Amino acid sequence: MENPFNKISGLNEALQHMQDGMTLMFGGFGGVGSPPSLIDGMMAKGLKNLTLIGNDTGFPDIGIGKLVSRGRAKKVIASHIGSNPVAGRLMNEGDLEVEFSPQGILAERIRAGGMGLGAILTDIGLDNEMVSHRKKRMQLNGKTYVVEPALTAEVSIVFAKKADPYGNLVYDKSARNTNPLVAMAGNFTIAEVEEIVPLGSLDPEEIITPGIFVDMVIPTGGVNWKWAWE
Amino acid sequence: MGMGIEARNRMAKRAAKEISGGMVVNLGIGIPSLVPNHLPKDMRVMFHAENGITGMGPSPEAGEEDENLCNAGGFPVTIVPGASYCDSATAFGMIRRGKIDLSILGSLQVSSKGDLANWIIPGKRIPGMGGAMELAAKAKKLIVLMNHTDKEGRPKIVQQCTLPLTSAECVDMIITELAVFKISGGKLILAEYAEGTTIDEIAAKTGCSFQIPSDIKLMEQ
Repeated sequence: MENPFNKISGLNEALQHMQDGMTLMFGGFGGVGSPPSLIDGMMAKGLKNLTLIGNDTGFPDIGIGKLVSRGRAKKVIASHIGSNPVAGRLMNEGDLEVEFSPQGILAERIRAGGMGLGAILTDIGLDNEMVSHRKKRMQLNGKTYVVEPALTAEVSIVFAKKADPYGNLVYDKSARNTNPLVAMAGNFTIAEVEEIVPLGSLDPEEIITPGIFVDMVIPTGGVNWKWAWE
Repeated sequence: MGMGIEARNRMAKRAAKEISGGMVVNLGIGIPSLVPNHLPKDMRVMFHAENGITGMGPSPEAGEEDENLCNAGGFPVTIVPGASYCDSATAFGMIRRGKIDLSILGSLQVSSKGDLANWIIPGKRIPGMGGAMELAAKAKKLIVLMNHTDKEGRPKIVQQCTLPLTSAECVDMIITELAVFKISGGKLILAEYAEGTTIDEIAAKTGCSFQIPSDIKLMEQ
């Protein structure tokens, strides 16, 4: 495959962009659409003290849950940790800081970060102490809003069905979920993909994430965990 | 759940009567996921999933599952003609913009004026709110399907929620194994009672007073 933009690379090169203590954003919803090879690579590299930002903490052996349940994260920003009981235990024991954000607000904070905005205004969570606590409020046009800060990360990792050498991405059904948002919000975005196709072979009308947001493309080794429903 | 499949199906069947053709409906996990089984086969309903599907269909046959086509609970689904996929931000834009006609959720407690508490038990279970806060606040109509009492037999319908609120004054209807309540203008109204129970039993198992209208009837089946 021609590589005119030098974006097509491999797992080892991707892992060189990751260090202990970094802030990393990941795509996926209950593990669906999370990049398996990058997560395994991060495990093998022994990365720790990570701040992880994403929809949820997966399951103990599925998706980002592998890192969380083995104590590799110091903090997560997520909407749900219920499917990973280890995350709940680590939180209760004080070994994991969890910032809960309502699911769509979290998605929108990530999108705002990716769109170059500073924050969003929302009425979600106004009457909820745990959500709006210590957050700034403001009045606009006679309504009260919570100011929810935008989120970005040093590195974003996403999982897509197809990429071309420019990093244009197409996803697969509900595995799209947070991936297009996460792809925009990384200072350095790595896409793990099922297939790399030649430049010009993706219909420009069908591209979901323009390659301008993607810095590196690596082929996936495939999903290697057993789903809860299997 | 602590409740037999028959009772759960009766509740799901009752909730299904609130759905009409053309609606956009979001279902929570647990008993709400049984609701589509009780709809007429030819009814066109768009089931919305907050992970980015509009137009979910039934579960696939064993062996036909697609790991990249799952509902928000992570279980394989199918799609119906006219379905679409979107990212999570768009899926929640649909919710906040008021495009969801009906949301059916489970709950831990509901207050007499429709406050919903279904996301944490402080010090015990803290799974996080997921998408419940936005669905509760922004769906046009919110139905709660839940057991009438908790595992210790304590009322789940209460004067004031003791658990942290998911959203205030958002519940329109409560369906339990014993009764159907409507909440209107901040008032709790007993609309229907299940066969085999009495209003006295319902009152004894409910943590607040409620209105009993003259047209109260048996729970529809």
